[in-house]
Amino acid sequence: MAQRKLRVMVAKPGLDGHDRGARVLSRCFRDAGYEVIYTGCHQTPEQIAAAAIQEDVDMVGLSCLSGAHRYLFPAVKKLLVEKGADDIVVVGGGIIPDQDFQLLYDAGIKAIFTPGATLESIVEWINNNVKPR
Amino acid sequence: MYFAKELLDQSSTLRKKWEDEVKKVIAKNPDQKPDKLWSTVSDLPIKRLYTPEDIKDMNFAEDISYPGQFPFLRGNQVTGYRGKYWTFRMFSGMGDAKTTNQRWHLLLKEGQTGLSTAFDFPTLMGYDTDSPKARGECGKCGVAIDTLEDFMQLVDGIPMDKVTTSMTINPPATALWAMYCAAAQIKGIPLDKIGGTIQNDMLKEFIAQKTLMCPPDPSVKLISDTVEFGTKYVPRWNTISISGYHIREAGSTAVQELAFTLRDGMEYVEDVLRRKGLDVDSFAGRLSFFFNSHIDFFEEIAKLRAARRIWAKAMRDRYKAKDPRSWWMRFHTQTAGCSLTAQQPYNNVIRTATEALAAVLGGTQSLHTNSLDEVLCLPSDHAVQIALRTQQIIAEETGVANTIDPLAGSYFVEALTNEMEQQAWDYIHKIDEMGGMVAAIEKGFPQLEISDAAYKFQQQIDACEKIMIGVNKYVSDKVEPIPFVEIDDTVEMQQIERLNAVRRKRDNKAVKKCLEDLKNACKKGENVMPYCIEAVKELASVQEICDVYREVYGEYRDPGLY
Repeated sequence: MAQRKLRVMVAKPGLDGHDRGARVLSRCFRDAGYEVIYTGCHQTPEQIAAAAIQEDVDMVGLSCLSGAHRYLFPAVKKLLVEKGADDIVVVGGGIIPDQDFQLLYDAGIKAIFTPGATLESIVEWINNNVKPR
Repeated sequence: MYFAKELLDQSSTLRKKWEDEVKKVIAKNPDQKPDKLWSTVSDLPIKRLYTPEDIKDMNFAEDISYPGQFPFLRGNQVTGYRGKYWTFRMFSGMGDAKTTNQRWHLLLKEGQTGLSTAFDFPTLMGYDTDSPKARGECGKCGVAIDTLEDFMQLVDGIPMDKVTTSMTINPPATALWAMYCAAAQIKGIPLDKIGGTIQNDMLKEFIAQKTLMCPPDPSVKLISDTVEFGTKYVPRWNTISISGYHIREAGSTAVQELAFTLRDGMEYVEDVLRRKGLDVDSFAGRLSFFFNSHIDFFEEIAKLRAARRIWAKAMRDRYKAKDPRSWWMRFHTQTAGCSLTAQQPYNNVIRTATEALAAVLGGTQSLHTNSLDEVLCLPSDHAVQIALRTQQIIAEETGVANTIDPLAGSYFVEALTNEMEQQAWDYIHKIDEMGGMVAAIEKGFPQLEISDAAYKFQQQIDACEKIMIGVNKYVSDKVEPIPFVEIDDTVEMQQIERLNAVRRKRDNKAVKKCLEDLKNACKKGENVMPYCIEAVKELASVQEICDVYREVYGEYRDPGLY
C-alpha cells in the first residue's frame, strides 16, 4: 500500500497578524503534495494543540513575527506532550533571533526557519524528517 | 492629442530606425536576460524604451494639469515642497508608555516633525495586558496601553496643540482616539485645536493585516461614527488613514495595493453618505491615505501619482464632491518593510533611501523611513537616527525638492502612471460588480489575489527570477552582528501591576455605568464616541470598551484563506 500523504498544520499562535509567510507556506505545502490545514491568525496554544490532535496531523508549523515565540512555541509543544501527542513534529518560523534558537530546541521545537529560507529547503527538511505517524 | 501630429510622425520614423539597430546589436550581443524578466517587482512588463507615442493620447488639462489643480497628478500643494517639506514622521512605540515617551522626545529633538504611535498586539487587538490571549506579547511590537493613565504618560511633555500625532490603531480606534481627546481636554487643549490621524481602516484588516475584532459591517459603522464625530468636533483630525501599506506587505502587487486601497476609500465614503447622511464635502477633505514605497523605483512613483488622479476623478465624478479640497488625496508613505533583508542588514539603509526618494518624487506629504534593523527587532536609537537622517538628506541635500513633480512629462513615467491607473480601475470596477468591497472581502477576492501574488513572488525569488541581494545573490556567509533591541519579559509583569493599581483606585461603579451607556448606544446605533470619551476618563480599559463591541456586534475570526 502506498504511504499516505503527510498531513501538516500551519498555525499562527498569539495575536500576531503577519500571515504572509504562513499563507505562502500553506500553498507551497499543498503543491508539495501534503494535506494542509491552515488555522488562520490568532489561535491560542490550546486551540492549536487540540486542532492538531483532532486533525491527526504529522507536523505543526508555527509562524510568529511578533516576538512572542519564546512563550508561544514551547506552550504548543508542551500541550501536545501532555495530550500524548509528543510524536507530532513541531517546527517554527518567523522573526526569531539566533539567541532564541537553543531555548526553542530545548523546548522540543525540531527546526526553526527564518527569513531567507527557500520553500524548497523547507520542503526538503520535512521530507527528510517527518514521516506519517 | 498630447503631441502634434508632425512630432509623432517624426518619432515613429526614428523609432523604426532605432528598432532596426536594436535587432542588429542583440544579434551580436544578446540582452543579459529575457524580455519577460525586465519587469517591475510586481511583474509589470517594462519596455526597453518609451517615446512620445506611448503618451500620445493624454489630455493635458484632464490628465496632467498643474499642482493644486484637478486631477492633482502633480500634487496637492501649489507651492510643492518649497512651503513645507513632507512631515518627517517616524513610527515608534516599544515597551511601556514611559519608554515610548522617551523615544518620542528623542525623535523630536532630532528634527522629527510629527509623531506616530506603534501599539503592541494586545492594544491593537483590544485586549488588556493581563488577558490570557495577551501572554508574551506585551510591549513587543509597540507600546502597551491599557488605560488613560498609560496614555497620559505617553503624551507627557508633548505639545498636543502643536505636534500632530498619528496612531496606528484599528479595531479599538474609538477607544484610543477617545484617550487622545480626553488627554487633550485634561491638559486644557480644546478638541478643535488637536490634530493627527487614527488609522481606523478595518477593510484592509480583513484583506491583509488581520487585526480583527468585529464583523465587517459593524466595523465600518464604528468608522463612520468617528468620521461624523471628527467632522463635528475635531475638524483638524484625520479620522481614517486608508491604508495600502499592509496590503502590499501581505504580498500584493503595486496595482493591487493601489486598487484595493482606493476601493476601500470609496466604500467608506459610500458608508458615511448612506449611514450618516453627511454632505460629501463636509468630510471628504479629512480622509487620508497611507501607501507603501517598495523597491521598484519608477513603479512606486507612478503608483503614487496615479493614486492622486484616480481619487480626484472618483470624488469629483463618482461622488459629485464640489469642493476641490474634497478631490485631494493626502497621504503618508512608509518604505517597504518586506523589501528589507535580515541578511547583510546594513544594505537596508540603501533600500530605504531609494524607497524614500521614490515616495518624495511621488509627492508624499508624510514619510516614515524604516530602520536597518527593523527586519530583526525594534529599531535601536542609532538605527532610527540614520533612518530619520535619510529623509533629511533627501530633503535638504539632494535638491529633489527644488521643483514640483520633476518626473512629469517623462514618456516612461507618464505611460506607467497611465497603465497602473487603468489596471487599478479594472479592479475597482470588478469589485463594484461584486457589490462593493465588503462583499468582495466576504467572497475572499482581495485576500486570494494577494496570496497569488505573494506565492508567485516567493517562487520567483527561489528561482532567482527576482533578485534580493544577500538572499539569492551575492550571499555572504559572514554574519555582521548588529545591536539587538529586545523588550524584557518583565515589562509585562510591570504593566499588569500598573493596570491592577488603576482598577483598585478608580470608581468601578462609574466605570460600569459608562460601559452600560456605551452598550446601549451601540444597540441603538448612536455615535459611540462621546460615550467612549466618558468611559476612558473614568479609566475604563481598552479591553473593557472592546468587550462591549464584541458582545453587541459579535466577534470575527480569521477564516484562514490562503
